[in-house]
Amino acid sequence: MIHVDDVSVKYILGDIKELSLKEFFIRKMRRETITQEFLALNHITFHVNKGELLGIIGSNGSGKSTILKVLSGIMPPSTGFVSIHGSIAPILELSAGFDGEMTVKENIFLRGALLGYTKAFISERYEEIISFSELSGFEDVAFRKLSSGMKSKLAFALASFVTPDVLILDEVLSVGDIAFRKKSEQRMRELFDSGVTTILVSHSMSQIREMCTSVLWLEAGRMRGIGGTKELCDDYEQYMKTK
Amino acid sequence: MKQSFKKLEQYQFVFSELVKRDFNKRYKRSILGILWSMLAPLFQLLVMSFVFKRVFGNSMEHYTIYLFSGQLVFNYFKEATNNGMSSIMSNAGIITKVTVPKYLFLISKIMAASINFILTLAIFFLFTILDGISFTWKFLLLLYPVFCLFLLIIGAGLILSALYVFFKDIQYLYDIFTLALMYFTPIFYNVHIFDGSLTARLLYLNPLFLYIDYIRSIVIAGIVPSLTSHLYCLFYSLFVLRIGMWIYKKYNYMFLYYI
Repeated sequence: MIHVDDVSVKYILGDIKELSLKEFFIRKMRRETITQEFLALNHITFHVNKGELLGIIGSNGSGKSTILKVLSGIMPPSTGFVSIHGSIAPILELSAGFDGEMTVKENIFLRGALLGYTKAFISERYEEIISFSELSGFEDVAFRKLSSGMKSKLAFALASFVTPDVLILDEVLSVGDIAFRKKSEQRMRELFDSGVTTILVSHSMSQIREMCTSVLWLEAGRMRGIGGTKELCDDYEQYMKTK
Repeated sequence: MKQSFKKLEQYQFVFSELVKRDFNKRYKRSILGILWSMLAPLFQLLVMSFVFKRVFGNSMEHYTIYLFSGQLVFNYFKEATNNGMSSIMSNAGIITKVTVPKYLFLISKIMAASINFILTLAIFFLFTILDGISFTWKFLLLLYPVFCLFLLIIGAGLILSALYVFFKDIQYLYDIFTLALMYFTPIFYNVHIFDGSLTARLLYLNPLFLYIDYIRSIVIAGIVPSLTSHLYCLFYSLFVLRIGMWIYKKYNYMFLYYI
């Protein structure tokens, strides 16, 4: 289903975000280096079978989000290959694409489009999305006027209607108040049980232990281990204690 | 095959939602906002027409239309490329998290400016009627320079948006460039003052001049431009578009690290 074959990713680093053309030429003339390279992923190989749920664990900066970006097709690997069969729904950030100035209704269509839904699909499910996110009566309110809880509920509700073959999640499992959290966890479980293949990044070890069929442990861009959930989670927790 | 067709349909939906967003943001979703964007160039036209007719005593026939056609093309180019320049940066939050072709954000910004252009074009035709110019079948040919201009804008937008990702001071350099371009484009002065000189030939390096000249030729003189003019128009737009596509193709994977 998902094959990741010897994938490495080189990041471009340096103080390049505020670089001006003037500065660029000055540094070029002085023969100063402008960018540095950083190996964010170092020869990663694994595969996931249909219906499996792979959890990715590792400390901050270990390359977890990078591997998800590679799988989603947002970031091309510098070397190596990724092959995925079927449709992919990458949900790396629930709020990506929401626009504060636009109304809730307009945002549902914009964000829905970015999530890969068709117009007909959203129109059909519109009422359901509104009621699931508990936002009836707020449809014509500008998105920025919602409370942060309401925003994340809407974002979750919208994303939870995906029906892909492969689901890619970055720490987006539970949001909102206790009641909503219960509802959202229920929704996620239904989704996982539908036979979707999932790759999931999480810092919550209890979530990983409970749901994942296997685990990949990344550390500093390298594979520290792949295999059974229990053994790797135990090892990882031990490692984090001694760190 | 079926998969890629579905993708295309999907991107079309994303694109139409983006155009809606950009258009609404541009005009603050009000009729007044749209009206205001029409009024500003009209006011500019009024002032220039007054200054050059009354103060400098320009007695060219249909001078207002002459001025308007130049301003129409130049303002469209300037607004669309300026908006297009920041399109990648201002959508950084989406580009880093969602799989979607980055050029959609650029074309969406350009479309928002194009809608404005079309509305101004309608007013331009109103002015030509008021000025006693009657429409002929030749007016249909105006689609040609407009189409070439659109391609040129996309090409320039691809170049500028990529440059802006890498170098933030491009914005100021481009302001200077557009100012120089404005004076190098015969918007308010008569091109015939250069007849026979080297400058007249240099003007052919400026695609905006070619499009404006084409429009004036049809609207004011009622003459269909030569085949050479047609080729020049197309050549520049395809040339700039080709460079833009090359830059986009070569560097778009790097945008992620800079935004």
